[in-house]
Amino acid sequence: MTTKILHNRQGFLFEMIRNGRLYAMFMPVAVYFLIFAYLPMTGIVVAFKDFNYQGGIWGSPWNGWDNFRYFIESGKLVQVTINTLLYNTLFLVAYLFFSILVAILISEMGSRLAKKTFQTMLFLPYFISWVTVSALVYNLFNYEYGLMNTLVKGWGMEAVDIYADPNLWPVILPFFYVWKWVGFGSVLFLASIAGQDKECHEAASIDGANIFYRIRRITLPQLKPTIIILLLLGVGRIMRGEFDMFYQLVGTNGNLIDATDIIDTLVFRSLVSTQDFGMSSAAGLYQSILCFVIILAVNGIVRRQDKSQALF
Amino acid sequence: MKKSPDLVAINLLGWIIIGFLALVATAPFLILVINSLSSEHSIINYGYQLWPKEFSADAYTMIFENPQRILRVYGITILVTGLGTGLSLLLSSMAAYVVARREVKYRNVLSFFLYFTQLFNGGLVTYYLLVSRDLHLSNTLWVLILVPMFSVMNILILRNFIATSIPESIIESARIDGMDDLGIFFRIVLPLSAPVLASIGLFTALGYWNDWWTPMMFIQKRDLQPLQYTLYQMLASVTYTAQMVGNMPTVNLPKESLKLAMTVVATGPIILIYPFLQKHFVAGITIGSVKG
Repeated sequence: MTTKILHNRQGFLFEMIRNGRLYAMFMPVAVYFLIFAYLPMTGIVVAFKDFNYQGGIWGSPWNGWDNFRYFIESGKLVQVTINTLLYNTLFLVAYLFFSILVAILISEMGSRLAKKTFQTMLFLPYFISWVTVSALVYNLFNYEYGLMNTLVKGWGMEAVDIYADPNLWPVILPFFYVWKWVGFGSVLFLASIAGQDKECHEAASIDGANIFYRIRRITLPQLKPTIIILLLLGVGRIMRGEFDMFYQLVGTNGNLIDATDIIDTLVFRSLVSTQDFGMSSAAGLYQSILCFVIILAVNGIVRRQDKSQALF
Repeated sequence: MKKSPDLVAINLLGWIIIGFLALVATAPFLILVINSLSSEHSIINYGYQLWPKEFSADAYTMIFENPQRILRVYGITILVTGLGTGLSLLLSSMAAYVVARREVKYRNVLSFFLYFTQLFNGGLVTYYLLVSRDLHLSNTLWVLILVPMFSVMNILILRNFIATSIPESIIESARIDGMDDLGIFFRIVLPLSAPVLASIGLFTALGYWNDWWTPMMFIQKRDLQPLQYTLYQMLASVTYTAQMVGNMPTVNLPKESLKLAMTVVATGPIILIYPFLQKHFVAGITIGSVKG
């Protein structure tokens, strides 16, 4: 009887009284995101302002689209957009390919000890900060003492200055991206493979299908949902860069800047080194909106195809 | 039973390819460690080697002769990681529990409130100005704890775990026994979520431990700087390195081997403990992958 009466009252106030304590438990996180995520959103007007420290975000004078005009006319917009897109596409493809390859090969290994050992070894780079990775890369590639040049010189060849050659970085960066993440990615696919039905493999095996055929026809097709989810997440982030990696491995190296400047590094550099708030906030807003539109578009397409696969 | 040739082939392929990749994954660390034991003279004259021509522990001796600065840096990092991870776990799981409860009418609104911050953000400039100018958090321990504190992804993973793995009937019967929401959370939900909390906690702790961005943006005071940012500055500047080991940057300073030794000292502990924690990470990734 009483529950029936309660159900008739659906108002906001009633809900607050009934579950007030639960909402109160949500408060700390809510306040955090209001301050650290929603409050900064109101500040995006700074992209349309001529920022100065006295005025701050709200007191600085408006300057319309000047920041964006400068961002476009400096040629930076096209350059960082292309770089960001190309690098992220390379990262995503290489990451998926190697994660799947590693997961399948590890799952087919006979020895449990080998499986565990190799997996542990491959996982190591995941735990290391990009600062340490930058030290490791420097040890390998630095011109004067780097191991690579020691070996190259040992074979009687000319030393290579990798930090001065922009053409090498579209290979080096994806390499270290995969190096860092393949342990993580392969775990995702290993979990998916472990959940697959073994009977299918056994039946096919009895029918004479060899292991390569079974991988192609049974294992891979069943990985499709995982691949699609990771692709979607990847495409949703395609305008966001791996800032940590670019900043630590390349930094502010002038030789490499044109080949490796992505939106995130431009935003950061404009803010911290040149104090160009206009450029920085214009590029940041451009990135945020582009990301938002891409996610909505991708999600919309997926939703139309298969509702259960959509992110929201 | 004899293995069929195709199984032998795929195992062979696995050993070759995975073995090679595993070597690539670990070799840079071996090179780092072995060269950190090389003498400065050897590095300057012959460069890094696969096996140093002259061994020397000078760099390590130098670091451990004057360990106060490094111990302080370690202390800050451990404090921030411990406090941050504890707070983050407690508040994240509390929020996750609220949005997992069916009787909370606005739970989907609250979830979207969190999720939206993943889709859109105000950008670096406004974030930086907010934290440093309006909240005055620069050069405080709090900025190191607060900035990396929450991950929406982790809260949603916790929510999914609580919603699917903790039976409604347990919560219902506790409520009938007169337990309030806070009691239910602390005495039923938290203990039952222990495995997923362990995983999420380790991811969070790793995030704090490896954070160099927050101190770079917001910490100028030396005695508040944590490990990774200190390492970053030492790699960038010899003067900084010299001061870290309580020395002046003299000609005799073994700067190259000191950089290597410092990288080992900063990274060593993680490399030593991760094999023992790995299974929790694997479990966490698996839980997270169930629902994107």
